[in-house]
Amino acid sequence: MVIIENLIKIFNRHTIDEKVAIDGIGLEVVKGEFITVIGSNGAGKTTLLNLIAGTYLPDEGKVFIDGREVTLLPEYQRAKYLGRIFQNPLMGTASSMTIEENLAMAELRGKSRGLSWGVTKRQRDRYKEFLKILGLGLEDRLSDRVSLLSGGQRQCLTLLMATLSLPKLLLLDEHTASLDPKTAEKVIDLTDRIVRENELTTIMITHNMNQAINFGDRMIMLHEGKIQFDIKGQEKRHLTVEEVVKRFGEKLEDETLLCKPVVE
Amino acid sequence: MDILLGIFQISLEQGLAYALVALGIVISFRILAFPDLTVDGSFVLGGAVVAKVIVLGYPPLIGIILAILIGFIAGCATGLLNTRLKINSLLAGILIMTILYSVNLRVMGRSNTPLLNYITIFTPFERMEWRWLSIVIFFALIVFAGKFLTDLFLHTQVGLAMRATGDNEQMIRTLGVNTDNITVFGLGISNAFVALSGALVAQHQGFADIGMGIGMIVAGLASIIIGETLLRAKSVGLMTLAAILGSFIYRLIITIGLWLGLAPTDLKMATGAMVILALGFPALKKGKEEKLHLRGI
Repeated sequence: MVIIENLIKIFNRHTIDEKVAIDGIGLEVVKGEFITVIGSNGAGKTTLLNLIAGTYLPDEGKVFIDGREVTLLPEYQRAKYLGRIFQNPLMGTASSMTIEENLAMAELRGKSRGLSWGVTKRQRDRYKEFLKILGLGLEDRLSDRVSLLSGGQRQCLTLLMATLSLPKLLLLDEHTASLDPKTAEKVIDLTDRIVRENELTTIMITHNMNQAINFGDRMIMLHEGKIQFDIKGQEKRHLTVEEVVKRFGEKLEDETLLCKPVVE
Repeated sequence: MDILLGIFQISLEQGLAYALVALGIVISFRILAFPDLTVDGSFVLGGAVVAKVIVLGYPPLIGIILAILIGFIAGCATGLLNTRLKINSLLAGILIMTILYSVNLRVMGRSNTPLLNYITIFTPFERMEWRWLSIVIFFALIVFAGKFLTDLFLHTQVGLAMRATGDNEQMIRTLGVNTDNITVFGLGISNAFVALSGALVAQHQGFADIGMGIGMIVAGLASIIIGETLLRAKSVGLMTLAAILGSFIYRLIITIGLWLGLAPTDLKMATGAMVILALGFPALKKGKEEKLHLRGI
């Protein structure tokens, strides 16, 4: 589904601030796979997503999505393959527009837009059903502006928007990090449910070790722009926080600051 | 009473004539969040093009259509400077506005073109019994047609993408919209409205003048702010309505000011002060509250 070959990204090249953000990453993501990515600040997690999404172009290497090379394709042309959610709940929605308008825009991801009506009656009925999944009562507030929603509600809406058109690849960039613990739990459970039900290929960055271990079929840890370890299959299913700490203790030394495992 | 009626009549007529400028500015400033200063030039451009066409002996309608098209191109030019050449939005508008000054002089061949002895779109109204009323209805039909079409457009798929471009550009780009193209197109529409207004105003006042666009952006902004304050406009339909209502109220204030003895030379200063007050009021109010707070009240 997604193939990344020897990707390299260097910021501020040939200056004193030169920083190798991604240092030769190769990765093959199978269709329907749910990958969690952990790593400390500056490990290159977000840069990796940005390279896949086309926000930045790599210095070397190639990116293929669904058999097509997209390495140099501009961001808006890759949109039809990708759904993306950012950490900041404000980034995923247009706040001055209504819930139904936001959903309608998301549904046309990567498709051509014309002069036909933006939100039709049929779409409205469908969105009502979709929004019921969230259980937030948003189905009765279709024509409310998004600015009236809370951060958690907005992130849930963003999640629904990202998955509405069933993207080939879903990119989640610490999308629960700025929510309160209770809302974060709700959003992560919803994420898992939607990803599983639709068998979406997903890459999720997280700072939360428990999330990284409990969700997904495969876990990758990045360190200084390289893949430090890659656990999948049976091994991933039986993975525990203690085991990660035991096996990768030395490497985790500074990472644990941010993804402190809860050892009971 | 006659004077008050006169003030009302003049304001309504003027307000409607300039309402299309405010409508255009709603699209650039409010929908696209693009501070477009092309307006001062594209307003004159509309007047200059229509004047030239009329003087050459063609029907005024052709002049108006041509003015709309050329206004559209002028707006696109500003958009292209900003999106393709990465020139700052304010500077891009100023550059095209400056260039248009020369273009407008070229089009007219001089700085002022009188139209009093030519057949304009308003000539048929001359002989009408209810001249003022018919002209107002004529203006109102055009303005509300413009408002209605804008409202419709902003609810289409492309229109939603345009509103999202002004609201959250990153988000709509990740949804596969080329926001550069949308910006260029939106500024085109905005300036097409402005040029149409210029074309109508030139014929209505009986001349096109190189200076007729000075301060147009500020007057348009004043109109929008007045209208939005009165209507508390958040939705698209209310925003465009606010522009029209604001344009009328703005002209009303100006006309009353002139009647009370405001010198026409001070008009732009008064308008500027009005906009500064309206824009600065929230900050001033907040500052005062903070000071009060510091004093422990």
